[in-house]
Amino acid sequence: MASEMTRRRLLVAVAAGSALAACERMAVGSGFLESLGRWNARVDRFLFGPARLAGELPPTATTPGNAFPSYFISDDMPFPPAGWTLKVGGLVARPTTFSLDQLQQMTRIDMRVRHHCVEGWSAVASWHGVRLREIAEAVGADPHAGYVEFRSFDSGYWSSWDRESALHKQTLLAYGMDGENLMPDHGAPVRVYSAVKLGYKMVKYLTEVNFLAEPSGGYWEDQGYEWFGGV
Amino acid sequence: MEAADADSQWKGRRAQPFLIRLAHWLNIPLLLIMAGSGLQIFSAYPALGARGALYGWYPWQGKAPPTWLRFGGWLAGARHWHFALGWFLIGNGIIYLIYMGARGEWRRRMFLPGRDSRNAVLMMAYYLRLRRAAPPIDFYNGLQRLAYSSVILLALVEVLSGLAIYKPVQLWWLEVLFGGYDSARAIHLIGLGLLGLFTLVHLVLVALHPRAIIEMITGGKRG
Repeated sequence: MASEMTRRRLLVAVAAGSALAACERMAVGSGFLESLGRWNARVDRFLFGPARLAGELPPTATTPGNAFPSYFISDDMPFPPAGWTLKVGGLVARPTTFSLDQLQQMTRIDMRVRHHCVEGWSAVASWHGVRLREIAEAVGADPHAGYVEFRSFDSGYWSSWDRESALHKQTLLAYGMDGENLMPDHGAPVRVYSAVKLGYKMVKYLTEVNFLAEPSGGYWEDQGYEWFGGV
Repeated sequence: MEAADADSQWKGRRAQPFLIRLAHWLNIPLLLIMAGSGLQIFSAYPALGARGALYGWYPWQGKAPPTWLRFGGWLAGARHWHFALGWFLIGNGIIYLIYMGARGEWRRRMFLPGRDSRNAVLMMAYYLRLRRAAPPIDFYNGLQRLAYSSVILLALVEVLSGLAIYKPVQLWWLEVLFGGYDSARAIHLIGLGLLGLFTLVHLVLVALHPRAIIEMITGGKRG
């Protein structure tokens, strides 16, 4: 049973108290859920259109005031270390370190789209930043790198994505929100923002972007949330 | 001519053929788990409307459904159950609909306004004790047909609104159909409420007419 538990990630998702309380039943349930989870991951990927754009919204749709939720996993609000830079590496021709200034000198994209949280709420903000696609070109990302990993200074919060979603036109490394610089509660100085993923995939307080041959899980994904997490 | 055809069509067939019984009973565990996991998912944000723009008409903003109604343990667990069993429920519904179409069962089960409207009104009057005698009933009465047809429509709304909030960007046309993400989510929950209401009325009525339960188990006599 113990080895079952370590082997099957999804068990965590079920263990917390499904009505099928007996242990044996849970192992069966998790096997069942695990294979259907794999099926759903394929559905998720199949439905994803790399060229499909989320609808941009008018300024009147913007979520007012402080109603746009923010959160971090650290005990206290994470602030960027002095001399913060973004390291872009992994399977790339030219591993590069970007300063905030350098990112801001690249082509600026502004987009106002709906945010979808796994919890079920939605909110709207406009985001300002640079397309990850442009950064991938700048560093010469290897075409064989099918995955992109984002790491942060928020107690190691991270996530890994499929390459197609990461290089989608509406996936940004955002340094601004609603016309202002990105605030610490929303992931300053730079965070991932995308129109095609659930909120937990969009790593805030970014420190590293790595192009990888294999996915590397994620903070919530390893606890049971769907790895693909598309919307 | 049509009537004669319709009569001869049911010769030798049970009131509740095997596939209809199977689909009916499979619905019970499937719907229970879908409802429970759905309410567990809803509990993560037990409100309707976008952040900063909650709907004024919803009276229970911020109130999560009671724990005993939920299934799946926590948000991720409930999502896995919901997205896994959803396929089985859809599959069950599709098999049921194909069977009903191919075997002509829809003719004696579904509500056809021209044939059934008057009967439904008279039946309602009978239930409300405005009328002494029940109207003539063939296989089902008009009200039953209306209820069983509406619930199929409701199931369709649940599936489509569910898909709309599952992939609001990729299935954007479904999101548009339901008036946006938050509106689709509200419709998905209201649909659950209506399904619950249907089930409640259904249970009361079959308890009053227990022969219907026996037929749904044994299939009933061959016609």
